Amino acid sequence: MDNLQSIQEEALALIESADSLGHLDEVRVKFLGKKGLISAQMKTLGQLSAEERPEAGAKINAVRDRVTVSLEAKKDALERDAETQSLMRDAIDVTMPGRPQDVAGLHPVTRTLDRLNRLFASLGYTVATGPEIEDDWHNFEALNIPSHHPARAMHDTFYFDDGRVLRTHTSPVQIRTMVNEEPPIRIIAPGRVYRCDSDLTHTPMFHQIEGLVVDRDISFSDLKGTIITFLNRFFEADLDVRFRPSYFPFTEPSAEVDVQCVMCEGSGCRVCSQTGWLEVMGCGMVHPKVFEQTGVDTSMYTGFAFGMGVERLAMLRYGIGDLRLFYENDLQFLNQFHG
Amino acid sequence: MKASISWLKSLCPTDLSIDDIVRRLTMAGLEVDGVEPAAKPWTHVVVGEVLSVTQHPDADKLNVCEVTDGESTYQVVCGAANVRVGLKVPFARVGAVIGDDFRIQQAKLRGVDSHGMLCGADELGLSDERDGLMELPDHFVAGSDFADLLSLPDHVVEVDLTPNRGDCLSITGLARELGVLSQTAVRYVDCEAIDPESDETHDVHLSAPEGCPCYVGRVIEHVDVTKPTPMWMVERLRRSGIRSIDAIVDITNYVMLELGQPMHAFDRDQLVGEIDVRMAHPGEQLVLLDGKTLTLSEDVLVIADQEKALALAGIMGGEHSGISERTTTVFLESAYFDPITIAGKARRYGLHTDASARFERGVDWQLAERACQRATALMLDICGGVPGPVMITDNERALPQLQVVTLTHARIKQQLKIELASETIQQMLQALGFDVDVISDGFQCVAPSWRFDIAIEQDLIEEIARIYGYNNLPTSLPAQALTMAAVPEAETPLMRLKHYLVDQDVQEAVTYSFVDPEMQALLGDGVQGVRLANPIASNLAEMRRSLMPGLVEAVRHNVNRQAARVRIFETGQCFVSSGDRLDQSERLGIALYGQQAPLHFSGDRLVDFFDLKGVIDGLGMINGGGRLSWSSGEHPALAPGQTACVSLNGQSIGMVGRLHPRLARELDLPKPLFLADLSLSPLLSGQVTAFKAISRYPRVLRDLAVLVNDSVAWQQIVDAVESLGDSRIQSVELFDVYRGTGVPEGCQSLALSLSLQDPEKTLDDVAIQELVDQVVRTLGEQTGAELRG
Repeated sequence: MDNLQSIQEEALALIESADSLGHLDEVRVKFLGKKGLISAQMKTLGQLSAEERPEAGAKINAVRDRVTVSLEAKKDALERDAETQSLMRDAIDVTMPGRPQDVAGLHPVTRTLDRLNRLFASLGYTVATGPEIEDDWHNFEALNIPSHHPARAMHDTFYFDDGRVLRTHTSPVQIRTMVNEEPPIRIIAPGRVYRCDSDLTHTPMFHQIEGLVVDRDISFSDLKGTIITFLNRFFEADLDVRFRPSYFPFTEPSAEVDVQCVMCEGSGCRVCSQTGWLEVMGCGMVHPKVFEQTGVDTSMYTGFAFGMGVERLAMLRYGIGDLRLFYENDLQFLNQFHG
Repeated sequence: MKASISWLKSLCPTDLSIDDIVRRLTMAGLEVDGVEPAAKPWTHVVVGEVLSVTQHPDADKLNVCEVTDGESTYQVVCGAANVRVGLKVPFARVGAVIGDDFRIQQAKLRGVDSHGMLCGADELGLSDERDGLMELPDHFVAGSDFADLLSLPDHVVEVDLTPNRGDCLSITGLARELGVLSQTAVRYVDCEAIDPESDETHDVHLSAPEGCPCYVGRVIEHVDVTKPTPMWMVERLRRSGIRSIDAIVDITNYVMLELGQPMHAFDRDQLVGEIDVRMAHPGEQLVLLDGKTLTLSEDVLVIADQEKALALAGIMGGEHSGISERTTTVFLESAYFDPITIAGKARRYGLHTDASARFERGVDWQLAERACQRATALMLDICGGVPGPVMITDNERALPQLQVVTLTHARIKQQLKIELASETIQQMLQALGFDVDVISDGFQCVAPSWRFDIAIEQDLIEEIARIYGYNNLPTSLPAQALTMAAVPEAETPLMRLKHYLVDQDVQEAVTYSFVDPEMQALLGDGVQGVRLANPIASNLAEMRRSLMPGLVEAVRHNVNRQAARVRIFETGQCFVSSGDRLDQSERLGIALYGQQAPLHFSGDRLVDFFDLKGVIDGLGMINGGGRLSWSSGEHPALAPGQTACVSLNGQSIGMVGRLHPRLARELDLPKPLFLADLSLSPLLSGQVTAFKAISRYPRVLRDLAVLVNDSVAWQQIVDAVESLGDSRIQSVELFDVYRGTGVPEGCQSLALSLSLQDPEKTLDDVAIQELVDQVVRTLGEQTGAELRG
């Protein structure tokens, strides 16, 4: 039996010192192979009496199990080492650049419009659209701008030979909506508009977003509250907002809206021409003549409308200094508006 | 409208600071665009009188003068050509400061001492032009403070008036507003009637009373037109941006600025017979004051005599009948012209005048006579003369009516959410010139004749609101019944499509909707786009029929700036006309150019057709899994053999392909450019998923290699497999295309992978083989494909 003990010790020692899978297999053969030392021990059992045999057998089995477990463990360890070494031979430089999966970006106008849409959607507004080549009635007449009206001169209209125009504002969408739908109406109308004007601060095409609410008992205070809330949400800041009387043929009373300059917070800078205020939108109560033109019952309903230039909002939001960049489509500009 | 604060305060004597005046006007809807000093700041400038002038001993162009300030005499060296004995000039003595930092010091000019400076108007900021010394009137007393004489310092405010407020195109109009806003009593200009001193008249006939319902005229004889305009008037005109011409013109301009009534002065001796205010004869010619000859049309109102048109009514006078240095008898015109008749005419002829700006917006139709009296008084003061009686020719029927508007407390409360005392409202409106009667539930208001923007109750509400102050009004959010918005699941939101493309590294671009007609022709299908009548530039003259011209330009812009890789898309309306119909539906354009992927050490390649096709197929997937079908197509701008027609649900939605290399060369694009032009709405209207049961049994993949003629399209293979209509064939996919050794010339070897699955049982080998055989047989029959050994 001493023999058995020493076999186990020798086996465990050899397993421990085996430094390759080959050596380890030699050890396995030496002890557990058919002619191995432990197998040989098993064969000695026959020489024992029937009473002695179970106990002796159990001891041999215990040694065999112990060695087997140890062998497996060592094998496992050696295999892991081998794999690790193999992997390390193929090691990569993880600091090299990843295979690019670039993500492009939305145009800043789209990005801005999308935020505007979502802000107003949260107040229950839906999006309405209309054609960009408009007829005179929708773009002017129905908005209380008859052909002789001085306001037409302010519009620098693009014309077609058949008398149609490129819409000069998104307001014709108001008209289309009021003609086609019954109040309550709560829409915004984003889109391209066109003015025959091009210089540092004007492009012949730009974007506006128009809002229209028609319902019972809509007041000027509702308009003020809506605009103030919107501007604070859009700029994500608690900004002063002021309303100045103004004139649009399709609203009465009408107002221009100034917001405290987002660049200098009202202290005066180049962007706000030192006034501390930025003119950002026009608005007013829908003019009864517009309601008459579109068949809205003025004895039941009042409403407000507002409109603003999207590029202007985007420029203020992102600090873009040059309007013309919006339509050059230079990737160095566009790439800055990721995701 | 430019207005001097000192002039304004002479009518509205308020103590408000300039900043307060500016703020109140702006917040009442009269937006002040700018405030500027009326002149340079200066100190110690007095009226000087030149006593002697001697040639400078060492300088041809300099004179040595003796100048008095009424107390002492100073030696001053002066270079101005108009210096002469007896001349009164602004004199800056030693110690005077002009502008911010120009200090007058005792100096030696070419060796001669000079004690001060004689000033030109430009040096004092009183003129933009350099024109020698400023010559002052003889009655100015030497030594008087020059700033005091000119009411300086003063400021000029520029008010940017909205088109409805023509009534504020005068100092009187602005003073009226400022009076209300500062609660100051306004001292309106007294237009005292000047009694006639002769019986001299000139007949006027109104042939077009709708255009001119009232014409006030007056003959003034023995006028000395050579008299200079007084300095105070020149200065007030200048501060309002009007140059002094001569006394008569200056007086008419002055009255226009002061009261708002544009006037005209004719040389009466040039008039032949009675004045006729009529529409122009078609083709009639008129030479204007500025020398330009106009050919008139019959919708233009003119002032004519019995021979010819003399003036464009309400816009500009004619050369022939204007005041000249020989004029002795003046015929003054002060008329009311209908805004609609005048509107647009000045613009048509490219003449934007102070008169047309006022008549277009509406001039107080009860003002003409008073303005005539005021002008007469000024003329007699300045030029002398013998006035005839004021002649009023009018047509009551054609005159505007006073507007009567009812305003109720209920309406004020509903619209503005405020309640004001009756007296407050009455005071506000009366100060603005309204006649106000209190009635049971509100007010009956008669709008003043100068307000052309008051017709309905809302107009009065605005008046109340702006005087009360928009910012003092309450705020609220509209109260509304909650409703739940529709969320149509079959519709793919446009933003989903845009985000998908952005995630595929395709950048959104926005290009102009009008394009270069040449570019559109180059990239188009031979059909011309809709042309603008008044394009802003010849290369922006035609409405786009597709997004290709804009995207190609954008690609070029970036390629010219060394971009190795351009991937852009745009969505937007395109304009396609056919007969009378104009289609303005939205399209989607995509352009891929250059490297397929950003530079990476693992290698790179140029983008190809299948890159773009893959992106577009993905558009079907995000749109409810719709499958696009592709067929070989043709487009004049796209390369034959690399152009496809794309359909969805059997309807063609557009073209995809490689820009024809010939065009690419022409457009300086060295690498292939792939373009897609697709109709947008089909890509946004998908369908709601209808669930199909999934099979619990294993799926089997079988690969086949078949030999087909090059002319067989892959789609034919797919169609052939689908024609079997066997639901166990889940898909057929292409995983290799091979030509070369072992494949006969004109043929290709396609490696397909069939995915097979039975919904009800496990497919056994026999069934699988049967299916594969069936596929091979059908491919053979329909496409001539042979199984490769």
